[in-house]
Amino acid sequence: MKLRTAPHWLGNNSIPLMMRRVLLALLPACVCVWLYFGWGFILNLLFLCAACLGIEAVALALRRRDVKTALGDGSALVTAVLIALAMPPLAPWWVSLTAAAFAVGLAKHAYGGLGYNPFNPAMVGYVTVLVAFPQHLSAWPAIGAESQWLSLHQTWQYFLWGAQPGFTADAFSGATPLDSIKMQLGQMRTMSEITGQDNFGWLAGRGWEWINLTAAAGGLWLLRKAVISWHVPASMLATMALLYFAFYAVEPATNPSPVSGLLSGGTMLAAFFIATDPVSGAASNAGRIIFGIGAGLLCFALRRWGAYPDGIAFAILLMNMSVPLIDRFTVPRIYGRRNRP
Amino acid sequence: MTVPVIVVAQPDWGIRFPERPTAGGELQVLPLPNSVCVPLQQHTGTEAIAVVQPGEHVLTGQPIAAIRDHTLGAKLHAPISGTVTRIQRSAVPGRRESLSIFIESDGRDERWPNYLSRNNPLRLSTRELRQAVIEGGIVGLGGATFPAGVKLNPGSGVDTLILNGAECEPMISCDEALMSNESPLMLLGAQIMLRILEADECIIAIKQGMDASFEAIKQALEKLQDDRFRIALVPPVYPIGGEAQLIQMLTDREMPSGGLPWDCGAICQNVATAAAVARQLTSGEPLISRIVTVTGKGVRNPGNFLARIGTPISELVAAAGGYSEQAAGSLVMGGPMMGIRLPGDSLPVTKACNCIYAPGVDELANKPAEKACIRCGDCATVCPVNLMPQLLLQTLKVSDYERLGQLGLPDCIDCGCCDYVCPSDIPLTRHFIDAKQNLWEISFEKRRAEKAARRISEREKRQKRDTDRREQSFEDQIHAVTDTEAAKQKLAALLQRVNQKADDS
Repeated sequence: MKLRTAPHWLGNNSIPLMMRRVLLALLPACVCVWLYFGWGFILNLLFLCAACLGIEAVALALRRRDVKTALGDGSALVTAVLIALAMPPLAPWWVSLTAAAFAVGLAKHAYGGLGYNPFNPAMVGYVTVLVAFPQHLSAWPAIGAESQWLSLHQTWQYFLWGAQPGFTADAFSGATPLDSIKMQLGQMRTMSEITGQDNFGWLAGRGWEWINLTAAAGGLWLLRKAVISWHVPASMLATMALLYFAFYAVEPATNPSPVSGLLSGGTMLAAFFIATDPVSGAASNAGRIIFGIGAGLLCFALRRWGAYPDGIAFAILLMNMSVPLIDRFTVPRIYGRRNRP
Repeated sequence: MTVPVIVVAQPDWGIRFPERPTAGGELQVLPLPNSVCVPLQQHTGTEAIAVVQPGEHVLTGQPIAAIRDHTLGAKLHAPISGTVTRIQRSAVPGRRESLSIFIESDGRDERWPNYLSRNNPLRLSTRELRQAVIEGGIVGLGGATFPAGVKLNPGSGVDTLILNGAECEPMISCDEALMSNESPLMLLGAQIMLRILEADECIIAIKQGMDASFEAIKQALEKLQDDRFRIALVPPVYPIGGEAQLIQMLTDREMPSGGLPWDCGAICQNVATAAAVARQLTSGEPLISRIVTVTGKGVRNPGNFLARIGTPISELVAAAGGYSEQAAGSLVMGGPMMGIRLPGDSLPVTKACNCIYAPGVDELANKPAEKACIRCGDCATVCPVNLMPQLLLQTLKVSDYERLGQLGLPDCIDCGCCDYVCPSDIPLTRHFIDAKQNLWEISFEKRRAEKAARRISEREKRQKRDTDRREQSFEDQIHAVTDTEAAKQKLAALLQRVNQKADDS
């Protein structure tokens, strides 16, 4: 008879299952981005998926690991989708490839692969290209009443060759809502003037409000499925809401409202999908709350005073950096003991 | 009198298993075995000493092994009448090999005549009651097999007795069967325990959904008219039937880390232990049988069986209809979460044997390869002791045993919840059991080294003291010689003579 140790029952939780659920939860936001920004997003998404999987496979082979099981866990795909959602929907292939290489090759496998990366791979990839290719990373297709999708042909051309004489990014891009706020507040415009413009919609930036709402809906489903816990999203969003509200209450003319702040840029994506990354996040529930508060605080501060319109990626990476310290001081009290370890 | 019932809230730890049919509350009596094997070590503590010889004829209930002097242990009694055939080392389920007494049945099941039956045990003194519990060889029947007489420690400041019928693991229903069939006996046992402990409250913990047990206890309590009793309905969350967890859920107290069960003023006794105490104090029958659940898709007719200690497990399986076609070919003693896989079915039923689980092929998890921890923290969420298994694992990998101690490795109760939820299929419990052993050995070595160092420094001190004393006494002797008046005169005379001689020459 076979002799093995207890427990003899195991649950059916697994990394591939978690990753599949994350991918499923990201689907609504992806559809939303596609509907607002066009074919470029789909092209970029597919390319990033292929690039991340390819780099993962090469890295695994170089590290002499079992390529098939590790590739099948879906973590590279999650990274790819997150980068695709963070980047502008249309970018030349070398920009995306750089992001994928830094994310999967450097941030993940150079540190030992899944489970050992101190930084969120997708954010490392995104920040690398944000710093390395600023002009491409600010080329967001305009969403306005009259703006139209680029044709498939144009999309393909731009993806292959980048900007061409007679067809530059300026031809299709426009200021994102966060760009508008950052620039025009600097030009002494008021918030009501800014949000009255064409690229603003019902609650926040046109399109962006729906991208954020769909991301939040996916995130809530993940919460329900217990893939993530409430601690990070709740503390992060509450912190941001509180800060937006405090500034808005004092000076509504020069500060976006809490609702528009929470539904702008990558807020919901970060709160539910990136800050909740278990590997690069805090371990205990108390630690997760601190992590969320820190991320919310930094995100607000970077948006308001920083050089980039949306500093959420930096906020996450800075908090990733603080995780060992947070973890050191947030080990919970053990049953039957008086003090925390 | 209405029976007070408390409904206990959901804990924020543990696992809610999907509903599975249990063997229910029915109880069948297993036919007498032809032979039994009674291991001398089937309780917490040291091995008992056989007091019978091979060839000797014994009667049912006759003491066959005694507690080793000045140690923790339990007596053993002949489960059947017959002849002792041999005493030799033999495998014990869930333990190391131990000397075992083999008895061949004479088929008569003749009772030992020295049974002391009593009409009203509650009139006895605390001392007599406790002595009877020790005489009966009664140990905790929930599976921990801690000698009950030791745990029923009067004057230990226990005010609350918890009668544990909450059945820690899924699939097991032996306590349910006991409560459904023997509630009055169990309650008498509880009254005896309350008297020994000088405690003033007894909470009977049963799981929500054990309706037959609930009704049986309620009826018995209504008849008893004892207002010290309450029934607590605990949610079906694993491992709520664990002693420390139950105490926490029912009394809001925590057993101090590394402390004794009674340190928080509450102790837990299994319902079957209570019934065994009552049986010993009424009919005088010692602990020679117990209820065993035989369950799982691997047997045809799962059920609860009253079996004599020492009965081969194969007979239990036979009584449960034998192995089914789906049998996975392995047997577990205990439940699916903490049970121990048995090397075969020839092993005997011991006092610890609450359940024989014969899993079907589809019931067992096939354990995939261990992957890297992704720090999801699910393990910390389910841990009933509030440990952080992911952090323990990380610390384990760098062998930082000092930090492991701080992080609560010794507080781990091996419940297996962390394994169950781990998405990376890491056998955390296995790692922790091994590490606890290492930690124990390290601290043992450390204590030994410290002791040796102390011994050496004591010896050096002692030697120095001896040398000092010797030198001192030598000087003292010289002084004793040189300091007296006579000696001084002698010395002076000597000096004079020397000087004179010098002058002369």
